[in-house]
Amino acid sequence: MTRFLPRALLAPSVITLFLWMIVPLLMTIYFSLIRYNLMQPGEHGFIGLANYQYFITDSSFGPAIINTLLLLGSVIVITVVVGVSLALLIDDPFPGRGLVRVLLISPFFVMPTVNALLWKHMMMNPIYGVFAQVWIFCGMQPVDWMTDWPLFSVILMVAWQWLPFATLIFVTALQSMNREQLEAARMDGARYLQQLRYLYVPHLGRSIAVVIMIEMIFLMSVFAEIYTTTGGGPGDASTNVAFLIFKQALLNFDAGVASAGALFAVVLANIVAIFLIRLIGKNLD
Amino acid sequence: MAPAPAFSTVLLVRTVVAWIVTLLLFFPLGWLVLTAFKTELQAISVPPLLFFTPTLDNFVEVQQRSDYLLYAKNSLITSVVSTLLGLAIAAPAAYSMAFFRSKWTRDVLMWMLSTKMMPAVGALVPIYVLAQTTGLLDTRLVLIVVFTLSNLPIMVWMLYSSFREIPHEILEAARMDGATVWQEFRRVLLPLGMGGLFSTGLLCLVLAWNEAFWSLNLSAAKAGTLAALIASYSSPEGLFWAKLSCASFMAIAPIVVFGWFCQRQLVQGLTFGAVK
Repeated sequence: MTRFLPRALLAPSVITLFLWMIVPLLMTIYFSLIRYNLMQPGEHGFIGLANYQYFITDSSFGPAIINTLLLLGSVIVITVVVGVSLALLIDDPFPGRGLVRVLLISPFFVMPTVNALLWKHMMMNPIYGVFAQVWIFCGMQPVDWMTDWPLFSVILMVAWQWLPFATLIFVTALQSMNREQLEAARMDGARYLQQLRYLYVPHLGRSIAVVIMIEMIFLMSVFAEIYTTTGGGPGDASTNVAFLIFKQALLNFDAGVASAGALFAVVLANIVAIFLIRLIGKNLD
Repeated sequence: MAPAPAFSTVLLVRTVVAWIVTLLLFFPLGWLVLTAFKTELQAISVPPLLFFTPTLDNFVEVQQRSDYLLYAKNSLITSVVSTLLGLAIAAPAAYSMAFFRSKWTRDVLMWMLSTKMMPAVGALVPIYVLAQTTGLLDTRLVLIVVFTLSNLPIMVWMLYSSFREIPHEILEAARMDGATVWQEFRRVLLPLGMGGLFSTGLLCLVLAWNEAFWSLNLSAAKAGTLAALIASYSSPEGLFWAKLSCASFMAIAPIVVFGWFCQRQLVQGLTFGAVK
């Protein structure tokens, strides 16, 4: 019984996840090899690797890959750097710290579609937006964010959403720091930068790894923010791999090409995952 | 040691800086809430209005225009049911891996996480086709199944790391005393693992409530969730900021307030036991 039970308990998760992985994967591979347009049912001829060729040679392909990595990289860097600074700032008690924590974490609970529309219309609108008003107040020409800085705008809103998450994890980690060691270092005359370099940052190593891991998983396929704001444009300026596949599948109705693209996304995810596993392997063991 | 007065200067600076940064970061949300109570004219006034007479008209109109309550009901049902279903599947697996470790445990965990790394778009076409052929497109059932499956790896991980912290000895003692597996589960594991179950459930509730990709692509007027409803406001025609803000406010208020109350448990669970 002791051998049977653990497996029986594990089985539902393993089986459902296996199906969740393998069924779409096999279907995707199959679709990617045939001519498959949702608008032309019945014409399902085998066309070999043509879909792949079409997807790779699409002029949006290169920019989409670069945008995906840029988005992933910049949001991680921004949230980790700003998150650590914020966590250090609110680590020691000060009046209203409880309220500050509550306000700071709020953006994490905002759904991506709301986040996107809030920034697009109320913050970044070039005429009525709050940013435009601030720019005018400072005597500058307002910026048309979605047109002139589309990818940067998306990065900004995604980073805003994930910053609270990073900050809270870092604050939690800081609270477990060895206070005596810190006091001793201060007594010995360690400057703040030295304390940062030799005490705080090493202590935060693991939680930085956790934040990077979770953000990678969720940011690889940012979709709603792009869908509701720039629609991938102008041109391909804010199209990432996720959005490009969506465009092929549900805007061009070409399920074959979309499937070929999806397999690229899987490969890309796996490359990122290899980095990730090395990173966690070092930090979580 | 610095003298006392220097300390209070540091505290003052810290307080002021922390509050300024916090208010700046919270500002977009606060602005959204303010705009929800403005008239359309006030909403786009230049310069922006900070003080005005609040109106509740938007709330009435949002409900009339798009049946907010139906979308809210869909969001509530899909997120709660998928969370409970996920817990029911993930908890036994996490228990099994935490207390009956085998040489495969690590690999199984890594594999599970890897299914989460596959971008959702990768599965979009097959899942869409499956839903279409089975007639499940735009039903709550398909959303529940998809939400459960996409959150499952995270749930197993979180529960696994929280169950790992329960001392083995307690379970062994119960077994020595002749507890059956069921009793062991009910009397020992469940009470001790409650914190983990709770924080895992919270996070998945938030993730399912906010899930936009699958809702946008698999649901429409019947099973649409709030995330999908809000996206429908992005079309340039019929764009009304006050109504948009109001609908957004109603879509996020439940989960944000919920998050405020549960933030501590949430953070503990989120760190996979790697950060204490």
